[in-house]
Amino acid sequence: MLDKQNIGSICILILPIVALVVIAEVIDVRLFSRIATILLINLILVLGLQIFTGNSGILSFAHIGFMGVGAYTTAVLTMPSQMKSMALPDLYMVLKSVEIDPILGIIAGGAVAAFVASIISYPLMRLSDAAAVITSFAVLVIMHTVMVHWSAVTNGPRTLFGIVSATNLNTAAISAIIAVVMALWFKESRTGILLRATRDDLVASGAIGAHITHLRWKAFILSALYAGIGGGLWAHFITSFSPNAFYLRETFVILGMLVIGGAATVSGAVFGTFAVTAAFEGLRSFENMINAAQILTRPVVGLTEIVLACAMIGILILKPGGIIETSEIGELPPWNNLFGRK
Amino acid sequence: MSTGTLIQFVLDVLSLGSLYALMALGLVIIYGILKLVNFAYGELVMVAGYTLYLLNATPFPWLAMAAVAILVSIATGIMTEFIAFKPVRAKSVTAVLITSFAFSTLLQNAALLFISPRARNVPLPDIFTRSVEILDVVIPIRNLITIACVLLLLSIFSFAMKRTVLGLALRAAASQFRMARMVGIPANMIISLAFAISGLFAGVVAILWLGRIGSVVPGIGLEPLLVAFIATVIGGMRSLLGAVVGGYLLALIDVSFNYGLSQNLLAFRDAFTFTFVILILLFRPSGLIKGHEAGQRT
Repeated sequence: MLDKQNIGSICILILPIVALVVIAEVIDVRLFSRIATILLINLILVLGLQIFTGNSGILSFAHIGFMGVGAYTTAVLTMPSQMKSMALPDLYMVLKSVEIDPILGIIAGGAVAAFVASIISYPLMRLSDAAAVITSFAVLVIMHTVMVHWSAVTNGPRTLFGIVSATNLNTAAISAIIAVVMALWFKESRTGILLRATRDDLVASGAIGAHITHLRWKAFILSALYAGIGGGLWAHFITSFSPNAFYLRETFVILGMLVIGGAATVSGAVFGTFAVTAAFEGLRSFENMINAAQILTRPVVGLTEIVLACAMIGILILKPGGIIETSEIGELPPWNNLFGRK
Repeated sequence: MSTGTLIQFVLDVLSLGSLYALMALGLVIIYGILKLVNFAYGELVMVAGYTLYLLNATPFPWLAMAAVAILVSIATGIMTEFIAFKPVRAKSVTAVLITSFAFSTLLQNAALLFISPRARNVPLPDIFTRSVEILDVVIPIRNLITIACVLLLLSIFSFAMKRTVLGLALRAAASQFRMARMVGIPANMIISLAFAISGLFAGVVAILWLGRIGSVVPGIGLEPLLVAFIATVIGGMRSLLGAVVGGYLLALIDVSFNYGLSQNLLAFRDAFTFTFVILILLFRPSGLIKGHEAGQRT
């Protein structure tokens, strides 16, 4: 359960989120609040990945697929029926008249993602190491293939447009705060502690009676719920997207945020999201500046990804566990660390 | 089924299977020794492809261009080991998977940045576009070249693995890495050698693959990587023979789907194949052909 130290961590981790919202309100620049909203949605996705990968130690590529499930679910459920006949002409009769509130839609998106995850993931949780990574990669490819070809619901590889715009900075911030609290709560819960034990020593934890498959499964479902809700929020913010939004590029960005920050801690996830977003936006405006000045004959693309990739490799070489490796921010008062006591 | 269709079917399976087998072998030779997956494997194919494209304007004969492309692919393979694997491989499995994924993104975006996001045509000799007629069946010569090339390469490779000192050292390192080091096999050299061989296979795959599709894009590496994943998983991650068998089996499945499935379902072919992979992993976690018991990871 959460104790006093965790409450401290929560307060410190919520601080940057609140600060972001306040700054956005004060300076009132549209671009800034846009970036801030995307950052907070990414934070939810990174936290979702942290819940599974960080606590179980198994890398999962499938995560972004569940983001897609959430996004398409809420898109279909909340779209006004008039719009549906244009954007999704082949939609099934049952779904044609459905039109629910975006908030309910986002929750439904999370629920559907969690449900799909609960069905397909249980047998996969028996695998470890390379086999687990390859199967999660396979799950991502399967989900992508289905999204690209299930035209009736997703409009195929084409862009799905006309989704209700419902996410703003405040909804994203509230969701992100809940996400941080839940992630810390899960980490300190019985399941979370046992799961971390399986991460640190698979054999020993099995010997003391930890049901490894079951523990991982629970974390995976919660992680998919996060991804689904993150995807739903994103869908209602972007309002038009295609299946390619939920594939390797997005996976790379989310994974990069988590790895650079530190996968084992919630603080690492939060820190990584903020740091990478800041670096990314800086580089992107630099890219735009070069393109606008037309120094080169062709537009510059891919520079941000190259820098992020170099940063990831560099950090993993120097600090394989990420920047915030083991203990959460605020877990121990600074004077305790000073004298080396733990 | 008439004889003609049968011949066509068999040749389709054999030529596609040869390519798949080579892709899988390049991936599994690294997995065999390091017990690690190289996500940047597909980018070796991309690098070879772009080298061929950049050499287009030079006056060299095509075979020389192809040789340079393969050499660049080998060099990139060794570079992968030095940048993405060596610094982290002792620390954690997850870290290596992520660094190789990052390295793959790095190479892809470098191609985007320095060359172009659009497809580029590569030079190909005439022989790749011609076809011959055997028993009233039109067969592209490139399919025959592919089969011949791969069979030749595979027999040289299997001979080298069995009869030469380096091959013996590689096999020893793959089954018992620590023991191999104790009897004096230089570990780092063997690992670099494995990456070089992997690069060689990727380079040859690139030439033959480009002979089929004719142009190179930054994302070209994804398909060979996926194919190699599936084939190794089907065949067995620990056995070199398994990778080859898996490659041919995957080609059989793919070509059969092509001949048998209706157009609607064909779109979902990848989803079917990957479901198949997951099923195989669940019931036979070590693939169809079991290799040696996994030794210690380095």
